[in-house]
Amino acid sequence: MSDAPLLEVKDLRVEFPTRRGTLVALDGVSFSIAPGEVLGVVGESGAGKSMTGAAIIGLLEPPGRIAGGEIRLNGRRIDNLPYEQMRRVRGREIGAIFQDPLTTLNPLYTVGHQLIETMRTHLDLSAAEARARAISWLEMVGIPAAAQRVDSYPHEFSGGMRQRVVIALALCAEPKLVVADEPTTALDVSIQAQVIALLKRLAREKGTSMMLVTHDMGVIAETADRVAVMYAGRIAEIGPVREVVKHPKHPYTAGLMASIPPLDRKVEHLAQIEGAMPRLSAIPKGCAFNPRCPKVFDRCRHERPDLMDTGATHAACWLYDKVENYA
Amino acid sequence: MAATNAIGRMLDSDLWWSFKRSPVTVLSAIVALVCIGGAVLAPLIAPHDPFDLASLQLMDAFKPPAWSAEGDLTYLLGTDDQGRDMLSAIMYGARVSLLVGIFATLFATMLGVAVGLLAGYTGGLVDNVLMRVADIQLTFPSILVALLVDGVVRAALPREVHDQIALFVVIFAIGISEWPKFARTVRGSTLVERNKEYVLAARVIGISRARIMVTHVLPNVLGPVLVVATLNLGLAILAEATLSFLGVGVPPTQPSLGTLIRIGNDFLMSGEWWIAIFPGLALVAMVLSVNLLGDWLRDALNPKLR
Amino acid sequence: MFAFIVSRLLQAIPVMLVVALISFAMFAYVGDPVAIMLGQDFTEAQRAKLVQDLGLDQPFFVQFLKFVANAAQGEFGLSYRLSRPVAELIAERAPATLELAFCAAGLALVVGVPMGVYTGLYRNSWLSRLFLTFSLIGVSLPTFLIGILLILVFSVWLGWLPSFGRGEVVQLGWWSTGFLTWSGIKALILPSITLGLFQLTLIMRLVRAEMLEVLRTDYIKFARARGLGNRAVHFGHALKNTLVPVITIAGLQLGAIIAFAIVTETVFQWPGMGLLFIQSVGVADIPVMAAYLMLIAAVFVTINLVVDLLYYAVDPRLRVDRGVARGH
Repeated sequence: MSDAPLLEVKDLRVEFPTRRGTLVALDGVSFSIAPGEVLGVVGESGAGKSMTGAAIIGLLEPPGRIAGGEIRLNGRRIDNLPYEQMRRVRGREIGAIFQDPLTTLNPLYTVGHQLIETMRTHLDLSAAEARARAISWLEMVGIPAAAQRVDSYPHEFSGGMRQRVVIALALCAEPKLVVADEPTTALDVSIQAQVIALLKRLAREKGTSMMLVTHDMGVIAETADRVAVMYAGRIAEIGPVREVVKHPKHPYTAGLMASIPPLDRKVEHLAQIEGAMPRLSAIPKGCAFNPRCPKVFDRCRHERPDLMDTGATHAACWLYDKVENYA
Repeated sequence: MAATNAIGRMLDSDLWWSFKRSPVTVLSAIVALVCIGGAVLAPLIAPHDPFDLASLQLMDAFKPPAWSAEGDLTYLLGTDDQGRDMLSAIMYGARVSLLVGIFATLFATMLGVAVGLLAGYTGGLVDNVLMRVADIQLTFPSILVALLVDGVVRAALPREVHDQIALFVVIFAIGISEWPKFARTVRGSTLVERNKEYVLAARVIGISRARIMVTHVLPNVLGPVLVVATLNLGLAILAEATLSFLGVGVPPTQPSLGTLIRIGNDFLMSGEWWIAIFPGLALVAMVLSVNLLGDWLRDALNPKLR
Repeated sequence: MFAFIVSRLLQAIPVMLVVALISFAMFAYVGDPVAIMLGQDFTEAQRAKLVQDLGLDQPFFVQFLKFVANAAQGEFGLSYRLSRPVAELIAERAPATLELAFCAAGLALVVGVPMGVYTGLYRNSWLSRLFLTFSLIGVSLPTFLIGILLILVFSVWLGWLPSFGRGEVVQLGWWSTGFLTWSGIKALILPSITLGLFQLTLIMRLVRAEMLEVLRTDYIKFARARGLGNRAVHFGHALKNTLVPVITIAGLQLGAIIAFAIVTETVFQWPGMGLLFIQSVGVADIPVMAAYLMLIAAVFVTINLVVDLLYYAVDPRLRVDRGVARGH
C-alpha cells in the first residue's frame, strides 16, 4: 500500500448563511484517510460529524455550502466539481450509508430494483447480470433467501435487514470509500453489533476505506484504525484509536473518555464534562472548549489553537504548543 | 408604559421582521386596509348613497367610467342600469361581503373549535362520530353544502320571513359549510397537546376537563386556528359572492359585490362592462390581499418552512 | 384485491345512506309537497288521495325505505317546477355536464401536474415564481369572475368564441355530444377553462408542495448519494412518491368539478345538471335538489373507490397492511 491518502480533507470550512448572520458549521477541518483505512469520527451531536460526511459526498443541505478548503479523492479535487461529474463520483467512488434504514429506502420500489438501478447507473451491466449481482450482494450482506427477497419491498424487511440492504446499496458499485453516518444509531442494540461486524468484514474484504461517523465510542474502539474527535465544528484531536482512547491528550477527549463506563470494572461515579457544547451562533473566542476546560489558561481565551503534534496524536490544544514551550 | 413595551416587543418580534421583509405582504396589508376601510367607512366617505332612491337619476344610467369619452367626473367608475354610482355601490357592497365573510368565518371557527376540542380531548366514540361527520362533509365541496343549506332554509321558511333574515341564512349556510376544516385542525393539535406534561400535570392536581380544555389546551391550538381562519376569510367572501351571483345569497335590497356582478353580467354582452368588472376587481383585490396575508401568516408561524 | 374492493364498497354504503336520509328529510319535511302539487283549488278528497298516492300517510321508515328503493332505481318523482320526472330531466342534462367536467378535468391534470413538478424542482426560477403568482390569482379569482372575464375578452371584445350554450350538438342515442361539431367544440372552450382553472392551480400547488416535501426525504438524499441521475431521482423516485397524496386530492377535485359546474353553467347558460339544480334551489324544487344531491354523492363515492384502487396500484405497502399507510 502506498502512503498516498485516498481521501484528503484540508482546511474544510462550511457555512450556513442565515438571516441572523453566517454560521460557521465546520472550520479548518483537516484529515486524511489511507486506502483500506477506517477512520472513526466522534463527537456530541452538533459537533459537525455528519456535516463533514455530507460535505465529502457533496450533499450539504442548502443553504449550507463549502466556503473554503479542499477535498481530494485520489489526488483529484472533488469539492468544486460540477453537479454531473460529482454525481458520477457518488455511489461509484464514494458510497454512503445513512442513519435510519426505515427512511433511506424508497418505499415504492423493490430492493432489487434499487440495487439494479444503482449498479446500472455506474457499471456497464446487462439487466440480467445486474439482477444476478443484486442477489449475490443481498447474500453477501446476509439476507436469507436472497433470490426471493430481491423482489420484496423495503417495508417487508425489519430495520436491521433494511440496514443490510442499505449497506449493499452503498457498496454495490464498488466504491473505494464509504461514508457511514451513524449506521447503527437507529437500530436495536442487539442488532448493532451484527451490522458493525458486517460493515467491518465487507470493508476489509473489498479493501474499502471507511469514514465511520458515530457518537458511540464502543463502535469506534472496535472498528476504526484512527479516530477524529470533533467539537463545535473543529477537530479537537485525531490519532490512532488505541492512543486516543487510552491516552487522550486534548482535555475534551479526556473528558469524553472518562464519561464512558468502563466494561472491566465498576465505578461509583462517571466523570462528566461541565456545561454544554456551544451553539454555532455563540462559539466562544479562542479555543471553543475553553469555558468548559479544566486546564484552561489565558491564551485559550484569546487564540484559537490548530492541530499540534503531541507525539502519538494531534490535538488542537495550547498545552501542546512546542513553539510556546521553547520560547 | 406597558403599551409601549408591547409595541416594542412587537417591533422586535420575528413576526414583524418577516412582515417587513416581504414587500408583497406589506402591499397586501395596505390593499386589505384600503378595502376594509372603504367598506367600513362607506356611509361616511362614499360619494353617493346608492340606496337613496330620491337621488337616483335614470338619465344618469349606464354612464361609463370617468376617464372614457362619455364619462362624468361625478361618477368615477360609471353608473349601473338605474343610474347608481358604481364606486359607492362597490363600497356598500364590500361592506355586505366583508360582514358576511367575517361572521361566517367566526361562526365556522367557533363551531369547528368547539367540535375539534371536544373530539380531540374526549376521544373514543365521540371523536369517531364527530370526525366521521366532518369527513363525510369534507367529501363535498363547501359551496355545494352552502347551496343546499340555503336551498333547504329557503324552502322551509315563508318567503317574507326568509327575506328578512336572508343575511343570517347566508352566514349560517357558509359557516356550516366550512366548520370541518377547523375541527380537523383543532383536533389534530389537541391530540398533541393532550399528552403533553403540563396537561397531565393539570389533571393530576384535579382541574376539571372542561377547564383544562379551555384554559390549557385552547390557547395552545389557537395559532393554527388563526392561520386557517385568515385563509378561510377569503374563501368565505368568495362563497358569499358565488351564492349571490347565483341569485340565492343576500337579498337584492342589500347588494353585495356578488350581487353587483350578477347585475352587471346582464349588461356584459351589450358592452357596459364596467358594471360587472369593477365590483369583480374589488372582490379580487379584497380576497387576494387576505389570502396573501394568510399565506404569510402560515409561513411565518411555521418554523419548519423558514 | 377482491376483498379490498368489497371492504371499500361496504364503507361507501353508510355514506350513501346518510345522504339518502338527508335527501329524504328534505322531501318529507321541507315545504309541503302536497300543497305545491295541488296548486290553488282542491277538494279535501283530492288532497287525501294525493297524500295516499305519495305514501305520505305511512310511517317514517316505510317512507324512507320506499325512497331508497326508488332512488336506487333512479326514481325521484316529479319536479315541482316542471311537472316532469326528475330522472328524465337529469338524464337529459347529464351529457352536457359530464362533457364539460371531462374537458375541465383533463385541462387541470394535463397542465397542472407538469407545472407543479416544474415549480417543485426549480423553486427559485423566474418561471416558477410566475406560475405561483398565477396560481395565487387563480385561487383568489372566483369561478364566475373568470367566466365573465373570458366572455368579455373572447366573446364581447374579440368575438372569437360563443358566450353561452353548447353550440350544435349531435344525438348519439340518448347521449347528446358537442364533440362532433365545430361549434360544439368552440362552445366548450371557455366553460372548460373557467371550470378547470381553479382545479388546475390547486393541483399545481399540491404537486409542488408534495414534491418539495418528498425531495427533503432521506430516500431522495440516499438516491442522490447512490449517484443516480437527476431524471431518475426526480421522476423515478420523487414524482412517484408524490402520487399517493396527489391522487387523493386530485380525485376529490375531479368530483368537485362536477359540483362547481353549477357556477360555470350559470355563467355560460350551459344546459347541464348544475343549471337545473340552481334553478331548482331558487324555487325550492325539492325532488330535483334531492336527486341531484344523491347523484353527486354517488359520483363522489365512485371517485373515492377509484382513488382507493389507484392507491393500491401505486403503493406496495397497502397490499400488505392496507389502511395503515393511508392516514398520514
